[in-house]
Amino acid sequence: MQVIYTDVLVIGGGLAGLRVATGVKERGHDTIVLSLVPPKRSHSAAAQGGMQASLANSKMGEGDNEDVHFSDTIKGSDWGADQEVARMFVHCAPKAIRQLAHWGVPWSRVHRGDRSAVINAKKVTISEKDEAHGLITARDFGGTKKWRTCYTSDGTGHSMLYAMDNKAQQDNIEVHERLEAISLIHENGRCFGAVARNLMSGELVAYVAKATTIATGGYGRIYSVSTNAVICQGIGQAIALETGVATLGNMEAIQFHPTAIVPVGILTTEGCRGDGGLLLDKDGYRFMPDYEPDKKELASRDVVSRRMTEHMRKGKGVKSRYGDHLWLDITILGREHIEKNLREVKEICENFLGIDPAEEWIPVRPTQHYSMGGIRTKYTGESQTLKGLYSCGEAACWDLHGFNRLGGNSVSETVVSGMLVSEYISDFIESKDSEMDIHTSNVEKFIHKEQKKLNAILAKKNGENAFELRRRMEEIMMEKVGIFRNGTDLQEAVDELEELHKRSKNIELFGASSHAANPALVNAYRTQKMIKVALTVAYGALLREESRGAHSREDFPKRDDANWLKRTIMTWSDENKSMPTVSYENIPIEHMEMPPGFRGYGKDLTEHHPSTKIRQQQVDKITKELEEKGLNRFEIQNALMPYLDKLPKKYRGINERFGENT
Amino acid sequence: MNTEEKNRLLKISILRFDPHDPDDFPHMETFEVEEADGMTLFVALNEIREHHDNSLKFDFVCRAGICGSCSMLVNGRPTLACRTLTKKLDNNITLAPLPLFELIGDLSIYTGKWMRGLNERLETWIHEKEDELEVDKLEERMEPALADEIYELDRCIECGCCVAGCGTIQMKPDFVGAVGLNKIARYQLDPRDKRSDEDYYNIVGDESGVFGCMTLLGCEDVCPKDLPLQSKIAYLRRMMVKTSMK
Repeated sequence: MQVIYTDVLVIGGGLAGLRVATGVKERGHDTIVLSLVPPKRSHSAAAQGGMQASLANSKMGEGDNEDVHFSDTIKGSDWGADQEVARMFVHCAPKAIRQLAHWGVPWSRVHRGDRSAVINAKKVTISEKDEAHGLITARDFGGTKKWRTCYTSDGTGHSMLYAMDNKAQQDNIEVHERLEAISLIHENGRCFGAVARNLMSGELVAYVAKATTIATGGYGRIYSVSTNAVICQGIGQAIALETGVATLGNMEAIQFHPTAIVPVGILTTEGCRGDGGLLLDKDGYRFMPDYEPDKKELASRDVVSRRMTEHMRKGKGVKSRYGDHLWLDITILGREHIEKNLREVKEICENFLGIDPAEEWIPVRPTQHYSMGGIRTKYTGESQTLKGLYSCGEAACWDLHGFNRLGGNSVSETVVSGMLVSEYISDFIESKDSEMDIHTSNVEKFIHKEQKKLNAILAKKNGENAFELRRRMEEIMMEKVGIFRNGTDLQEAVDELEELHKRSKNIELFGASSHAANPALVNAYRTQKMIKVALTVAYGALLREESRGAHSREDFPKRDDANWLKRTIMTWSDENKSMPTVSYENIPIEHMEMPPGFRGYGKDLTEHHPSTKIRQQQVDKITKELEEKGLNRFEIQNALMPYLDKLPKKYRGINERFGENT
Repeated sequence: MNTEEKNRLLKISILRFDPHDPDDFPHMETFEVEEADGMTLFVALNEIREHHDNSLKFDFVCRAGICGSCSMLVNGRPTLACRTLTKKLDNNITLAPLPLFELIGDLSIYTGKWMRGLNERLETWIHEKEDELEVDKLEERMEPALADEIYELDRCIECGCCVAGCGTIQMKPDFVGAVGLNKIARYQLDPRDKRSDEDYYNIVGDESGVFGCMTLLGCEDVCPKDLPLQSKIAYLRRMMVKTSMK
């Protein structure tokens, strides 16, 4: 039996995990990263369009700063986000991007002088200032007031991940590849590491660590069509859930991206619309201005996805053997622009559709894309209930995105949360609080338990087919827990998923008997875990009787702050139970810098909370008084909702910004 | 009209071997799959695993041609399986793992280990003179055209196709391959990396580096990202010759 000791175990080798590892290493702690695949192949690489950071270098970003980024993020979240976390995030995003520039990301830069662009279907000329030449530029993305999304062509995630992994190699960070964490080792409310399975040899290894970080990304693959990589199966959330102690937050908050190609569901970046691309229906008609006259194609993602679905329901979709779709037209951007700034999109269109997007329209429809929910943590990334367990990036719910994430905020979150959480973990490791007391026989118990479960699957006869259960789960999620939801469908989904969960205890492998690399065995235990995660999503969606952000209930169309301004919290307290246990966590309005308001899309149907008005009056009063006294925006912000003291000291400084305080 | 009748029956022959099984030996196994509209090898292989043999090993991650996991020999040619449409292939398709990399089983190979070794050997990261970055300050400027040029080379996805398509590496296993030389070209271009031309010469100015290349250029033919490998290898050679004569 192999037991490996380290200070910080990081599960997941994408942007968030690698950033945690480099951060704790810099503080002098030992760390090991477990990764299903070589880190450079992680799903972070698929992020195309960009990273939000309020640098305000380009002409169209002028006047941008942390306050504007904050306000966009909170509105985008439909007031579900933790506002202190959002403040910490927008404050650190410029620092994170500058670090990445230092580590080698070839960010696209501002070029002085005139350039042509397409805005609202018209060619315009933008003049960049001489003094901004050579600084990091940005493009437009949905739901943002300013052009804030920094990019490297449309391979932003790829360049960031390569720079990050290269930095990790420079720092001699140990990465154990093709190792999958299948359970957490814990005792008396304290996490001590994880049991991992070597996907090449089948061997189980116990990693014992003072701090364990789950950075395994989202759970998109519980849906039959998703833009996510095939490894984004929610196994990180599942192993946290299976402790019975750690909690998951807002699992029902699922984002659908408006423009994935049909039928395979591969993403074409929001940059297509950000750079001026249009959505057209079967008649070639541009329909978005009819629904959203102000933001049009660049409304927030949840809004665009719903409007597209509505429009297709009116019979305006293009019929195909794979169901209805709409068109994304980027031909108006011109070949030169596409070949320079949207080249991944071009390659995807050529290889998977056999079309040239500079000449032809792209068939698209809304597709599962992002998991706002995840392992519920404090702002430090630590689980609220299981000490020593941390989580960050898409895997976590610390909660930056609330019920809808803005495009460009996800890769940005990976590196910002990784950078911050690595500091909090280091503080923990350096404190007496992190001292461990676990007997090796208890560690062995966890390994034996997992080995027993695997042996049982390998020995099972006359059992269930894992592929059948999984396909059914995926269909249920797609059909009944999708963009528009209702009580009847959701109840059916929950009932059937509960049944699938029971059946998943009897999976057999039909002859695939290898204890080593055995894809059938992997599929079996992952399917068991995925069904549990799917249940938390469907059950959370059923209970939430309101519409907020990406969670849209046809039977409850209003956002109901009076009753539902709260996070859904799930645990699986007893492994013999067939359903998770739910509770709720209030989101207190009394401390908000930006009390709940209207997002500005469609009609305002909000059922307001009585505290909202009171808090808004306070905020207005304080702001007015301090403005009259001549205080600056930082001082006013601090009076409304102080957050700086929560940040690590080295990241508290004011961001230098072109044209503001340089 | 019944379109189903028109679908081709694909015969997919796969080179199979499980190195963990002492009784196994490398052998070809053929599976029959009905072609569907827009089918890729990603779809076809998953169908085989789901309906014919659930022990079949292969690697896919992004299935969008972005991550470089699924490189294999398709009818003898290294390429990314996920973005290979079956309609572009004959009815009889032969699949084999990429040569030169450690075999995990069937079509699954350990490219990660090889690439990590390469990156450590070539130190493919930014070498700075100053160690502390002030994160609050404006970023260092860079010429927009230069940033684009670096990104052009930064697009390599470490899929290993160029290594499998390289004649030199067959004879000289320590050759860094086009993937390695492209990385050196990328860092040499990058003003943030403070290594001198002499430093690069010490890393790749020999037979296992830029002077080992026999200029067969299989690498450029098979690179799925169309990286300018030929011109970069030529450029590095000229630069290295100049440096060696200093």
